[in-house]
Amino acid sequence: MKRIITATVNNVSGVLNRVTGMLARRDYNIESITVGHTENPTISRMTFVVVVDDIRSIEQVLKQLNKQIDVLKVADITDEAIVSRELALIKVFANAQQRGEIAAVINPFRAVILDVGRETMTVQVTGDQQKIEALIDLLHPYGIKELARTGITAFKRGHKLPNNEQRMTLIN
Amino acid sequence: MSTKLRKNENTASSEKKMMTGSSMLVEALKEENVEVVFGYPGGAILPAYDEMYKDGVNHILARHEQGAIHAAEGYARVSGKPGVVIVTSGPGATNIITGIADAMMDSLPLVVFTGQVATQVIGTDAFQESDVMGITMPITKHNYQVRDINELPRIIKEAFHIATTGRPGPVLIDLPKDVSLETGLFDYSQEVNLPGYQPTIMPNKLQIRKLVEAVSSAKKPVILAGAGILHAKGSAELIEYAEQQQIPVVTTLLGLGAFPGEHELFLGMAGMHGTYTANNAIYQSDLLISIGSRFDDRVTGNLKKFAPNAKVAHIDIDPAEIGKNIETQIPIVADAKEALKELIAQNGVRGQNSVWNEDLKQLKQEYPLWYKKDPSIIKPQQVIECIYEKTNGEAIVTTDVGQHQMWAAQFFKYNKPNRLVTSGGLGTMGFGFPAAIGAQLAEPNTPVISVLGDAGFQMTLQELSLIQEMKLPVKIVVINNASLGMVRQWQQLFYDERYSNSLVPVQPDFVKLAEAYDIKGMRVENVADLEKTVEEMLNYDGPVLVDFRVAPKENVYPMVAPGAGLHEMIGVKPE
Repeated sequence: MKRIITATVNNVSGVLNRVTGMLARRDYNIESITVGHTENPTISRMTFVVVVDDIRSIEQVLKQLNKQIDVLKVADITDEAIVSRELALIKVFANAQQRGEIAAVINPFRAVILDVGRETMTVQVTGDQQKIEALIDLLHPYGIKELARTGITAFKRGHKLPNNEQRMTLIN
Repeated sequence: MSTKLRKNENTASSEKKMMTGSSMLVEALKEENVEVVFGYPGGAILPAYDEMYKDGVNHILARHEQGAIHAAEGYARVSGKPGVVIVTSGPGATNIITGIADAMMDSLPLVVFTGQVATQVIGTDAFQESDVMGITMPITKHNYQVRDINELPRIIKEAFHIATTGRPGPVLIDLPKDVSLETGLFDYSQEVNLPGYQPTIMPNKLQIRKLVEAVSSAKKPVILAGAGILHAKGSAELIEYAEQQQIPVVTTLLGLGAFPGEHELFLGMAGMHGTYTANNAIYQSDLLISIGSRFDDRVTGNLKKFAPNAKVAHIDIDPAEIGKNIETQIPIVADAKEALKELIAQNGVRGQNSVWNEDLKQLKQEYPLWYKKDPSIIKPQQVIECIYEKTNGEAIVTTDVGQHQMWAAQFFKYNKPNRLVTSGGLGTMGFGFPAAIGAQLAEPNTPVISVLGDAGFQMTLQELSLIQEMKLPVKIVVINNASLGMVRQWQQLFYDERYSNSLVPVQPDFVKLAEAYDIKGMRVENVADLEKTVEEMLNYDGPVLVDFRVAPKENVYPMVAPGAGLHEMIGVKPE
């Protein structure tokens, strides 16, 4: 199962290494990771997408992250009301005749064309993971030359929605 | 022997002064009341050594950095204070890796200073440069590289705080040479402020109540006591609680001494070479209360067969240990002593477990630890038993890992905390002898018996020079079976007696070896001479090495074979 975890950490050198090193040596699989500083420049926010077998494993991930001295706060926000976004750059094969067609395909996704070459176009799309997957799927038939994705960054919504049964709780 | 470091004359109000990084280091050691420092000098750490020289710091020069760090571990285990280690960059730092990993596994508080090349050449593969931060990140509780002289006092203060609080562990400070020469403001009065590190000390009341209820309704309760009780200094509370509720107690290897070895409620050590009674108590229990133990695989055996009918309560200061290996019904994150105090205060209704206690008492009588004596050859167990009798158990025992370690755990009864200094989690050969040095420094008036295998001893025997220099009266007990005993035992039992590289027929003459270091050496080969030799060893005023020639093919029993459950032990009775 995929879980989205956010962590605020001290913005000090080596902190990314601490966190990813711990996850690797404890045999956890990170699908994506994004890092950047927060409104407070001494604190960074990390967003991980972690693939685990069961809830017990995710509890371990959270606890092991919490154990790091430079990690301030950790939360599994998968089941929360969240905003999560990813950005993808897609370089797709497109000859002169196909350009218009591709522009039409990407339009509903509110993707933008960043660059046009003789044989390719570069498309930028932002959104949740499903939306990005859908667009990549649609562009596949044209042939994708290069693809770069940032991975998810996320946090909780400002307004909390009630009724959430399947929330993760940490022991103590 | 003077082990006291000159105390800071004005500790109460530490002055804010401008000083060099290396002076800061020495000042901080005084502020932390560090009595002894273990280490080995070298290029990048020379400024610190110069300052220590000027200031008369009590520094113990090991003959190998690994010796220094194991000595610091022994000191930390026995004294309960942090062990302090100072070494140089590159090889100095890489030589202490085993010790750091060992301390991490066994939760020993260490503060380790490593020299580093100057900041302007870091990353250029400079002479004696190594990425100590990267290497030690996974095996330290936390580590620091000092890049700004003004941060040094804060970092040292944090390091001591982190090493000694919560679940103790090793903290490393990598100190580049130029930083140790720079001048900055020394201010040690700031409070430690670590928002990301707030160990939970007090137990959750609701969970405590749940445990009290569980105890009241349990018919077969058992306490599994680990080293967390020793770290928390909660041994007296454990005894009080167990007696109040009449719950039988088993300990882990590292927990030996947390509960008196000769107490009526004590069932022995649990795990691979634990007692039949202890392991069966866990297997049959309906309530397993683990306190300060982490369900190591050597304790649990096959997890699928571990305590199948038990409700599990787990008290641990490290929340990450709870639920890591074993599903836990009653999780209690707390300091072991505080949790026990709370449990005692609750004074819950005792469970109906008198039948259980009787059954276990009978089992204990029926299945004692055993070995067969042989008039023609000394049995290793006999040596340990003899030492236990002759010292009345009033001694500190240090060991390596392997057969001798298990016999020292089985046949020496630990009635007081911190009398056994052993490498549990990492299982480090070469640990026991240098650890004895630290143990003796921590308690100069207690006999220290270093029980070693002939192979492990040879991994760090260079420290003979140190004990001779310091006249430390360590008793070196070499359980000599001319083999890597535990490896040989596994090869006998699980590899059809293919003794691949485990028999070591060529050995040094251990007596002459001791004498080469100007240390008294003795050898005993006959059973008839055993007692006399042990007495002579114990009465000798000074360091002494005894080469005990024991039965070479003796095995450690009983045993839980790999993959088996705790109740499926082999060798529980003499054939």
